[in-house]
Amino acid sequence: MYSVNYHRASSVADAAKQLKNGDAKLLSGGMTLIPAMKTRLAAPSDLVDVSRLKELQGVKVSGKTVTIGAATTHYDVSTDEKLKKACPALAHLASLIGDPAVRYKGTIGGSIANNDPAADYPAALLALGATIVTNKREIAAEKFFKGLFETALKEGEIITAVTFTAPAKAAYQKFRNPASRYAIVGVFVTKGKDGVRAAVTGAGEDGVFRSKEIEAALAKNFDASALDALKVSAKGLMGDLHASADYRANLIAVMAKRAVAAANA
Amino acid sequence: MSDVSLTVNGKRVSGSTEDRTLLVHFLREHLGLTGTHVGCDTSQCGACVVHVDGRAVKSCTMLAVQASGSTIVTIEGLANGAELHPVQAAFKEHHGLQCGFCTPGMIMAATDMIAHHPEGLDEATVRAELDGNICRCTGYHNIVKAILAASQAMSKGSKGRAKQAA
Repeated sequence: MYSVNYHRASSVADAAKQLKNGDAKLLSGGMTLIPAMKTRLAAPSDLVDVSRLKELQGVKVSGKTVTIGAATTHYDVSTDEKLKKACPALAHLASLIGDPAVRYKGTIGGSIANNDPAADYPAALLALGATIVTNKREIAAEKFFKGLFETALKEGEIITAVTFTAPAKAAYQKFRNPASRYAIVGVFVTKGKDGVRAAVTGAGEDGVFRSKEIEAALAKNFDASALDALKVSAKGLMGDLHASADYRANLIAVMAKRAVAAANA
Repeated sequence: MSDVSLTVNGKRVSGSTEDRTLLVHFLREHLGLTGTHVGCDTSQCGACVVHVDGRAVKSCTMLAVQASGSTIVTIEGLANGAELHPVQAAFKEHHGLQCGFCTPGMIMAATDMIAHHPEGLDEATVRAELDGNICRCTGYHNIVKAILAASQAMSKGSKGRAKQAA
């Protein structure tokens, strides 16, 4: 790791100020950033640690509205009793990220700011129609995820929370890479008052995306059997040593069916 | 350089270190606590697991300065003098180790697992929760047996010890 200057932010406003130092980066759980720094893939001059900020912690549920602080760990999301009642699919998703030690440190804000094309949370936020709240504005998930490791975040902008309306039904199913625990393909489906949404992670060449064909089939009949005839095209899908684009295309249909079955269970 | 203050195994310690120093190196090289191992150095194998504020984390993927102000328990902090912690005793009893390199991380993960499952553990849960700890000798079978046995032993009596280990 190259030399770095560490700052512990005292508030979000302080973090925004500290971020102006050199080539500073925000540090939350550090489960991606620290390994990237160790291999020198990332070499920020300064780190601004926001992981201990109380104002970024915790899950709030008020009626159907769920708000999760950006520095809430995957463990805390996966075990939150209020969330397990309001949107169990999201708590379940958090329990599938990494391993237990990683879930104790990694945070939802860090995960979505990184926007790894195989990360789990982006699929959930897109399918839930979530809003990403920053220290400057609110951004719809639809506009937030821009491509591989790309987001709508501007220089110096800090995610403070994500918020969404809990849907009537939702589920996430993931075909997990057993070594990295990232999704080879993950599908999050929701059925709410705005209809059916299905978001796919791990597969798209441009990162997370909504599958119009799955949504169209499920809008008519929210049942796994509605996807029996579904043929997903491999166009625009990733292929690598873990799975070819064709294999991922097939997995999308399989994971979508499993997700719908789980949402209806 | 930053000052790092920690409570490690019940003792207040502090030192000055580069901001880029990983917690595992601070524990091993500055404090001489070499029971915590560096295995893969890529947050996969779990040999470096220690408890930070009651949660089992990989100390190779955390800076020492990030931990400043925290309470840390390492493998050296579990035994009560010559008396092994119930999880250590169970690893010995059930032959849960061969070369022993992964054992400190396994035991720290196991004590955390037991503390966070007061309702008790079953084999499937133990195997799932050991996802982040790799052992190349045992095939895990005796590790799982040891953790299940320790979980039972601890729920029978020494609840205070389970809490202390967390």
